[in-house]
Amino acid sequence: MNKILLIIKREYLTRVKKKSFLIMTLLGPILIAGFLSLAIYLGMSDSSIQNVVVVDQAKLVTKSFKNSDHVKFFYTNEFLSDSAFGESPYNLMLIVNEYIVENNKAHLYYKKYPSVNVQSYISNQLDNSLEQIKLNMHDIDNDIYAEIRTAVTLGIFDYKDQEQESRKVELAGVGFFFAIVIYMFILLYAVQVMRGVMEEKTNRIIEVLVSSVRPFQLMMGKIFGIAMVGLTQFLLWIVLTASLMAVFQSIIFTDPLAGEIIAQQQISPELQKSLISPEQSQAAEILDLIDRINFPLMIGMFLFYFLGGFLLYSALFAAVGAAVDSEADTQQFVIPLTIPLVFGFIIGEFAVINPEGSSSMWFSIFPFTSPVVMMIRLANGFTPDTVWQLYLSIVLLILGFIFTTWIAAKIYKIGILMHGKKVGYKELWKWLRYGS
Amino acid sequence: MSKLIIDSISKHYRNHTALNDVSFNVNSQRIFGLLGPNGAGKTTMIRIINQITAADKGSVSIDGELLNNKHIENIGYLPEERGLYKKMKVGEQAIYLAQLKGLSRAEAIKRLKYWFDKFELSGWWDKKVEELSKGMAQKVQFITTVLHEPELLILDEPFSGFDPINTNLIKKEILELRDKGTTVILSTHNMNSVEEICDDIVLINNAKIVLEGEVSKLKDQFKPNQYELAFRGNMIGFTNAMWTDYELVETFKHNDITRANIKLLNNKTLNDLLRIALDHIEVIEAKEVIPSMNDIFISVVEQKSEITELISK
Repeated sequence: MNKILLIIKREYLTRVKKKSFLIMTLLGPILIAGFLSLAIYLGMSDSSIQNVVVVDQAKLVTKSFKNSDHVKFFYTNEFLSDSAFGESPYNLMLIVNEYIVENNKAHLYYKKYPSVNVQSYISNQLDNSLEQIKLNMHDIDNDIYAEIRTAVTLGIFDYKDQEQESRKVELAGVGFFFAIVIYMFILLYAVQVMRGVMEEKTNRIIEVLVSSVRPFQLMMGKIFGIAMVGLTQFLLWIVLTASLMAVFQSIIFTDPLAGEIIAQQQISPELQKSLISPEQSQAAEILDLIDRINFPLMIGMFLFYFLGGFLLYSALFAAVGAAVDSEADTQQFVIPLTIPLVFGFIIGEFAVINPEGSSSMWFSIFPFTSPVVMMIRLANGFTPDTVWQLYLSIVLLILGFIFTTWIAAKIYKIGILMHGKKVGYKELWKWLRYGS
Repeated sequence: MSKLIIDSISKHYRNHTALNDVSFNVNSQRIFGLLGPNGAGKTTMIRIINQITAADKGSVSIDGELLNNKHIENIGYLPEERGLYKKMKVGEQAIYLAQLKGLSRAEAIKRLKYWFDKFELSGWWDKKVEELSKGMAQKVQFITTVLHEPELLILDEPFSGFDPINTNLIKKEILELRDKGTTVILSTHNMNSVEEICDDIVLINNAKIVLEGEVSKLKDQFKPNQYELAFRGNMIGFTNAMWTDYELVETFKHNDITRANIKLLNNKTLNDLLRIALDHIEVIEAKEVIPSMNDIFISVVEQKSEITELISK
């Protein structure tokens, strides 16, 4: 036992002390947070002011649009030729013709493609104006229209639990985040186990090592040591990413346009007043989601499924590392090993849309996919009727990694001392039988 | 007294037999040569003693006790194909390997300091292994093999990769270790070093022992009963006088001195030979031809393979 601890310590410290670990640990969150924020920022906002010339020959909407900080409207009733627009200081040209009342269609010409925010702001202004025109045409009172206009919110309830609305899809989305992390870490660190085993084999230090410790101790020490490296990196990433995201958010997401768009997208200004603001309701929704997730269970299970899945896969990766002589030979073995993992990830995506579907149930129990798929189900929790699935999945995962470790140990024991022989599946099968 | 007893060990792989009912004893405080051509089964034997591989049949005992886990810490093993973690620092790595053999960290550091000084490696403690020359890495490997002061030391081709100066250094260390009480098993193809340092040998060929014993006795046993005579004078008269009691194996002539290799037949002695010689030639030097371990190795292995060929025909 003492020797396993020594091996774990070495595997852990040599990796954690590496410069590349430090760089990845620091750079990872910066890259993730940076790219995420940049993507959201670029997608949502456009800091330059857009001057929109509204060509309104029918004089339908003249002067009814509201200017914002980023979008300014200018009106003309005269036709503007393409070349005239090209030379003008305007960025965008909105053509409103007389048929717009019937076909609800307008054309926006651009010099530079406008952001989605600008597009929807302009489209919102058009909606409001046209609504007003149509109301006037039919002589309908604004207040009456506000009352008529309807947007149904569908509340979804489990008939056995009518106290609170179900939010299974949203919750599954949260679970999916954990699933991605597990998927990524298993793949990343199982490959490290394989490389580590190959290093010892090609280095020829292996023969000295196995004269001091049993091959099984060596393999398990390596797997656990690297698992701890993975957990360390994960924890550091969480802490760093969270703090970085907080910093980025306070700097970047102060764009006033984003708020305006959200405010105008859903309901007309008249209706808005009668409700709480959408930002408030969104925040409340997020709080509600967070409130619903059983975090101690979620994090406890995350650790279990991360470790379980990692042990299951990395034992097999260790066997591959022991069986081959060079990295080039690993392909034929690695691809079949990653397929179930990738498959679990795809099932996971479906499970977000349909959290209680039968595929997500079965694959959350099957050990090769459960570490990924179960995370999505866990976010929704289990009822007394279904909790057996969680227990079964846990038991099967434990049995699963005992099984893969047993297989891997046999291949490992023979493989590490075998040099200069190209090993195929047939050979591995012989080793398995030879060992027993 | 026997340190190690190998009793009827057999090991079969799927397509061949590595060891077939092999038995021998290794005496305490001796340097024991485990010899044999490539593929004879030496590495398998070494791996069995190190508990890396299990034998199909037979037993191994150390100090009269059947081989078990406890013995790992009493054995030091330097494999033929050896390496170190390239990216790890020399000192850290040596400590790690010593700890795996059961030494405490503090004790390992203390002993390593001594050995690093002795082998002039002190400046390399904090360097990475990949920065070491091949010879230096070999020295580090030797140190990590002997650091836990094993009672049984197994060295597989310990001199490969060393220059003559370092080879001498290691030889001296091996002899010193033996004198301090260590039993050494040395597996090598280098017959000169066998001659220089081995006390006993066993020669394995085709999974079986073909020769074993004390080096000095074996050399005696394999003496071809030949003498080398250096002389001046007429050779023809001398060879005629030898008649059927002697066989002239070979002659070389350098300047006016002839050297002849003569085998004695019909119970003749060196004195008989000299009596004849003195009548015909001027004898300068006479000495018995002693076989080298190399000669013995080759003659035994070739003889055996001839026999096997004959049987298989």
